[in-house]
This record gives sequence, C-alpha cells and structure tokens, in this order.
Amino acid sequence: MSMTGVVAPDGLVVATAERVVPGGRVRGMGVFLVLLAIVAVLGFVSSVSSRAHATFLLSAPPAVSVSPLTMSVRWTAGALAMLCAALGVLLVLRREQRGAYLIFGVGFATFLWAFLVWAARGAQLNFVQMLVTTLISTTPLVFGSLSGVMCERSGVINIAIEGQFLAGAFLGAMIGSVTGDLWLGMLAGAVAGGLFGWLLAFLALRYAVDQIIVGVVIVAFCTGLTNFLTEQVLTPDQTTLNSPQTFAPIAIPLLDKIPILGPVLFDENVFVYLAAILLVVVNFGLFRTRWGLRVRAVGEHPRAAETVGIHVLSVRYRNVVLGGVIAGIGGASFTIGSVGEFSSEMTAGLGYVALAAMIFGRWKPFGALGASLLFGFSVSLQSFLAVLNVGIPSPFLAMAPYVITIAVVSGLVGRVRPPAADGAPYSRE
Amino acid sequence: MRLELAGVTKRFGSLVANDHVDLTVEPGQVHCLLGENGAGKSTLMNVLFGMLRPDEGDVLLDGEVFRPADPGEAVRRGIGMVHQHFMLVPVFSVAENVVLGFEPTHRLGVLDRRRARAEIRKLSTEFGLEVDPDATVESLPVGVQQRVEILKALHRDAQVLILDEPTAVLTPQEIDALFAIVRSLAASGRSVLFITHKLKEVLAVADQITVMRLGKVVGTTTPRESDENALASMMVGRAVELVVHKEPARPGPAVLRVRNLTVADERGALAVHGVDLEVHAGEIVALAGVQGNGQTEIVEALTGLRSVVSGSIELDGVDVTGSSPHEMLRAGIGHVPEDRQRDGLVLPMSIEDNLVLDIYERQPFARFGSRDLGAVHANALEKLQAFDIRATSVEVPVKTLSGGNQQKVVVARELSRGVKLLVASQPTRGLDVGSIEYVHRRVVEERDKGVAVLIVSSELDEVLALGDRVAVMFRGKIVGIADPSVDRETIGLMMAGSGPRADEPIGVAAGAGAPRAGQPER
Repeated sequence: MSMTGVVAPDGLVVATAERVVPGGRVRGMGVFLVLLAIVAVLGFVSSVSSRAHATFLLSAPPAVSVSPLTMSVRWTAGALAMLCAALGVLLVLRREQRGAYLIFGVGFATFLWAFLVWAARGAQLNFVQMLVTTLISTTPLVFGSLSGVMCERSGVINIAIEGQFLAGAFLGAMIGSVTGDLWLGMLAGAVAGGLFGWLLAFLALRYAVDQIIVGVVIVAFCTGLTNFLTEQVLTPDQTTLNSPQTFAPIAIPLLDKIPILGPVLFDENVFVYLAAILLVVVNFGLFRTRWGLRVRAVGEHPRAAETVGIHVLSVRYRNVVLGGVIAGIGGASFTIGSVGEFSSEMTAGLGYVALAAMIFGRWKPFGALGASLLFGFSVSLQSFLAVLNVGIPSPFLAMAPYVITIAVVSGLVGRVRPPAADGAPYSRE
Repeated sequence: MRLELAGVTKRFGSLVANDHVDLTVEPGQVHCLLGENGAGKSTLMNVLFGMLRPDEGDVLLDGEVFRPADPGEAVRRGIGMVHQHFMLVPVFSVAENVVLGFEPTHRLGVLDRRRARAEIRKLSTEFGLEVDPDATVESLPVGVQQRVEILKALHRDAQVLILDEPTAVLTPQEIDALFAIVRSLAASGRSVLFITHKLKEVLAVADQITVMRLGKVVGTTTPRESDENALASMMVGRAVELVVHKEPARPGPAVLRVRNLTVADERGALAVHGVDLEVHAGEIVALAGVQGNGQTEIVEALTGLRSVVSGSIELDGVDVTGSSPHEMLRAGIGHVPEDRQRDGLVLPMSIEDNLVLDIYERQPFARFGSRDLGAVHANALEKLQAFDIRATSVEVPVKTLSGGNQQKVVVARELSRGVKLLVASQPTRGLDVGSIEYVHRRVVEERDKGVAVLIVSSELDEVLALGDRVAVMFRGKIVGIADPSVDRETIGLMMAGSGPRADEPIGVAAGAGAPRAGQPER
C-alpha cells in the first residue's frame, strides 16, 4: 500500500521519440532512380546503334563560341544510367533525410541528360538555347509565385494570380503600345495587378468573403473583361492599341562573356533581372527584417500579432496589394517582355502553375524558384523535342511539362505545411 | 505601477458581462481575481488590454485615466498579459517570439538577432526564467512556453502583469516554479493580477483576493482571512461540496484489458508505448498526467478513433482491437470526449438530436428507415429531467447552452445506452463548480452500478477525488499506479517522469484485483 521508493531519482523514465515510418520516402526516391536507370538502359542504350552520336551546341550566336560537344549515345547514356542507378542505390542504403533531395536531384538530372543524348542522336541540340527558353518560361512563374508568397505568408490565399496576370498583360500591352513607352507599360501592368490585389483584399478582409471564392471570381472577371476588350477595342485598331515594342535584352558587360552561362543569365531583358532582384529582396525581407517577421507572425498566429500591437488587417492589406502589383508586372512580361501583343487568355493557366510552384516550394521564394525552373525546363524540353521529332505525338509532348512537374514534385515534396492562418479571416472577437 | 478599475461596466446586448467592477492592484502585490467561467473575468481582461472598450467606468494607471485603443497601446503603457492560450507563434524561435512587435533592428529594418538574444539572456538570468533563445517554440514543453510568454511581457518592460488561468496546463512542480516567479515579479515592484478559478492557488499565491460572480465583484478578502470553503461559496453563491462522497470501491471482474498497447500520433511518432492497463467493473481508474503524454491517444484507441500499432484491447473478454468507433460503442463503451464542442456534440443541431446521435437509426427512434421524431422528443424531455439539463426547450441548438449543460447532454447520451465501460476525458474542464459536482456524482453513481470507469484528467484534484486507482502517464507510458491516498507531491513527481522501477512494489487500491505493475523499460 505504500508508495515509498517511488521518488528514486534514478527511476526517471525518459522515452525517446521513436518514429514509426523512418525514411520511407527516401527509400522510395532511391527506388524511383533505379527504375529510371532501367528505363534509360532499355530505352536509350540497348535500342541504339553503337555508332550513333549526339551533338550539343554550347553557344548562342553573339556570345563567345564554345566548341560543340559530341557524344556517343550508347556510351554516354550507358554511363549516365549507371550513375543514376548508383545514386538510387545510395539513397536506398542511406535512408537518411539529410542531403537526400540533392542526391535525388542529381540522379534525376543524369536521367534527363541521358534522355537528351538519346533524343538528339544523329542530330544537333542547342543546349544554350534550351536554357534560355527555360529561363524565359520561368520568369512569369517567379513573379506569380512571389505574389503568392507575399499574400499567403500574411494569411491571405491569392488564387487570383491568373487574373492579375491577364490584367497586367492586357494593360501593359495597351499602354505600352499607345504611349510607345515600355516603362509606362510595365507601370500600367503593375497598377492593373495592384488594383485586383486591392479588390481581393477589400472583399476578403473588409467583408470576410471567402478568399477562394473572391479569387475565382476575379479570375473569371479578368478573363471575361480582357476577352471582351480584346475583341471590341484592341482588334479593330491593332496597330495603335496592341503593337507595343518589347524590352530588348540587356547584356551585362563581362558577365555575359562567361561560357554557356553568360548568354543564358546575363543577356536577358529587364523582366528577368527584375524577377531575380525581387526574388532576393522578398526572401531577405521575409526572413531577415522586422517587416518579414511581422508578416509571418500575422500569417501564422494573427491574434498573437495583434496582442503585441501589430495591425493584422493593415499588414494583410499591404501585402495583398503588393502581391497584386508583383503579379501584374509578371503579367506585363507576357506581352511587352516577349510576344509584343496581347491575345485572349494568353496566360494559359500559368497563374495557377505559379500558385502550385509556390506550394511545392513550401511558401519560400527560392523553393518556388526551384519548382518554377523545373516547369520552365519542361516547357523548353517539350519545344525542343517537338523540333527533334523524336516520335512522341505532339499532344503528349504538350502535356509533358505538367506531368513532369506533378510527378517530380509530388514525389519530392511530401507533406507541406502552409502558414497556420492561411485563408482564415481575422476579426478581433 | 498601480492599476485601478473604477466602476468598469461592459455590456453585450442585454448581457452585462462586467457590472461596475472596482478593483485595485498595488505595486509589489499579487492580486488574485477569482471567479467561475462566465463570471466576467475574460471580459475584464480584454478591457484592460485594449481588446474591448468599457461602456462605463475607467481604468486608471497610477491615478491617470487609461483608455487603450488597441493591445499595442496597452503594451506601450506597461501592461503585460500572459494569455491562457499562449500568444506565441509555434514555428518561430523563442527570440523571435519575445521581440515580435518590439524588434531591435539595424538600419533598414534588418533584424538584430544578436541583440535580441542578449536581451533575452539578460532577462532570463534576472528573473530565473531559464530558456534557450534559439529553440523553436513548438518544440518546448508548455511550462517553458509559458516562461516565454512571461519573458515577452518583461521584454516590453511591463509594470502590470496579468496572468490568465496560468496553471491550467502545468504540472504541480511547474506550478510551484510559476509561483516562485510570480513572487519574484511582485518583489521587483511590479503589480501582478492573477486570474483563476482554482481555490488552492489563490490561497497559495495571493496577497489580495477579489471574487467575481455573474459580472459583479462579490467580495474581497485575503488568504489569511479566508479558506477554500468560504471562497467557494463566495464564488458560486451558495455552499458547495468540495469533496466527492464515495464509498470504497467493490471491484468486480476486469472489464477492460489493455495489453502492450502502442499507438502513434498524427506525425507517426509513438505517442503510447506498450501500455498495460486493466479497469474492473465497479471501479474508477483515473489516468493522470500532464496533457500531451499519450492520454488522448489511448482514449482515441479505446474508442476506435485511432488505429492501434500493436497490442490488444479486450472488452469483457472479447478482443475489440481495431474495431471502428461504431463497433466500440455497440460493444458497450461510453465516451465523453476531451473536447466536447468538437468531438462530443454537433453544435448547431438541437438538444434532442444530439441526445440520439449514436442511436438515431435504431428502435424506437427510427422505424423502417424513417425517424420517429415524437420518440426523439420524448426521450429528450426525459433526459432533461433526469440529468438536470437547464434549457428553455429541447429544440434549441446545443451551442446556446452553457458549458456545463453541454457536458450534461454528452453525459446523458453516453449513459443512456447502458455501457459496460465509461471513458471520460477531462470530464469537468471549463465547467462551473455546480456542474463539476454533478458530473462527479454521476460518475460515482455509474461506478456503484458496476460500470468500469476510466477517467482522464490533467487536474490533480479531480484525479485524487474520483480515482479508486490512479495511473500516471508520462511520455506514452504508465510510470506507476498509485493509491489515491498517496500525497500530491509523489504523484506530481510521477507526472514529471519520475516513477517506480519495475521490480518495486506499487500501491494498490484495496481489492482491485491483480493490477499490472509499472511498465518495465523496453
């Protein structure tokens, strides 16, 4: 009946937190790489004659010329497949979370390289051009996902990025065309995006309307409005209203002379540089400054922020409008950054892809960049494969960017954790 | 700083939440505000902290009228609040949480993390609030999280500290540590307003006591002039029974037999490691422990809400491991869940529907696949009587009831099936003293009818009052099973992880069959 001896200090029970599922995902990634290696051996090695060669061109015309790289398909693809398999086995054996993504990334890249070598057998592939295309396809996504980061880190879901893209693209083209001043066009795009950002903030914050619904409505509205205006206003007077110039590439002295990377990274138009700057600024701002700390606090636990004197709704208002501005600039890049005219629904759902990239990137700017680059590369790959005529029907090729992005990212990213108050309206009571 | 409330009144529609409340907290004093849920303590606190504006009356700081427009202003004027539900961002570090809103920065608003850390270390040592500034808050035990909340207030140089139900989530040892901190804060010349409904704490920590009931101040006193019974009757407005009356248990055969049960939480971490437990007919086993040590997961496993990783659950000799919640209920388990509003009731639905949630499709409440609303209504009227549920009608949504009456609805439903095992989690959390009395009496009645009862509670008083045997959980294991006559200190230590070793004898309630010893380490 007595409890004596119970308090013996050495009787302290310390249980360690055991995990039930250790590294299952890592092992899965390893197995996936091994499977890819088998596909590579069957598809790219054994099916090809031993004399087939592939040539990668490594310079674009104006830049410093780098001599092309010619490879034997069989040997190169074979070696790459071996490397891929080895990395897969390494993952299976290690089963450790740390560094696993990097290993997987390298493994996946070897598979892609083997695939490219096979696809370009007996032909030439302009590798530099491919990277340039990647970057061009990635740029609007970076703007879009940064817009998402700005909004969602403060706790507001911005599903209206697609609409803000369209508005920015439309107004950017029109103002750029009418005034002949591209900077004014960019400004107009920013204003258009900011306006719809404000509308989202106003309805979602002031009247606590469901953020998803407001977002969807804004997209529908922008789509309808730009379609209507294109047909009624732009098309009848195409030359005055819808023929802006486009921003010319600006070569950065010296840096653009770097072989391969120079022409890819340092001879681009102003949108690409702006995206890069914004990426760094938003990332630094969010994680290193007072502003960012407060924004994240508002997105995670608004009530806690309020109790230390932070005005939750003002922070959200400001961020959602700024997010809209960023998406609007991204929209302008579709017209005055590349094509030079607005056409109906030209953003083709990329606003949603940007949103997805942000989620896959775990609400972090550079994570979103990673996912955007993957998508951009897939777009570029698809367009080059179409030219190389590898025997895959074109509708399937057009699907490729989406399929690759979904497959890789769903395999890699796993469960993500959004800001805790994301999408939840806030009121004091 | 001297905090004074003069005739503060706050109305919500026809409800007067604060009715001309007067209260003065002197510097260097710990002032306890005692009252039941719904007495108006939270409203008063929100007024002080600038979340609400009083309709009448004034708040005075050192004699000066103070009307904060928002919490930011209250904080700037030297009011610090330690909220019951911590106002901490779980994914932020301790340092980030402490400086939030008052961040030291370099130029251009770049955070000065080094200075933030240094400031926190300085405060830590000054007040004995040990904490690592770089730890992520969600990884810290609640006791430490509370220290972070206090640090946060001190970092803003709070002269008046308001602590709202600060002991709700703490172990007895953590409570003692908190009291020491509270006293050191008062000793440093700060004013402390300590809000609680626990009588023992008031007597232990207060210099001055103000008691509130139904929005009004009903009395002021000091610990020396008062005792638990006097405080309780002041708080409730009538004489209250503070002890649970029960005869010694007459346990029958084992109804619940849990063998080597292992359960994982949402993230796949093991929340319950190889627990053995028996509950006999006609006895109450109280599962004690600080929240988050696996009690929730055990209960969820017992009621079929969570899958079992390994081990077995036997009810009346039948293996029910892995059964669905529906099957578990049919097998004779009654479940009063921890969070009655989330798991126990459908809030917008009527009282009568909530009373038949588990049997609505059976006779006599349904025939040929169609509901018999007359029977449902009659059942509700009968239960209202039998369980003393106070409501204007059985057709009103259950969310319009007070917490105590909501809980009675849950208990009424669960006991109406004729259960063999009653599992009740935190059965009196957030209830007023009157309802607590009622629920306790009802639980003991069930025991005396021969039902096996498993109570999970983080309130030590409740555990000791109700349990015929007390099983203490720590980090997913039962560290010991004790007799409720054992002293609080011992159980407190067990709750903090210090338990008997497997080979040592354990205290057992008289005649409670052959209970399992404390868990051997695996």
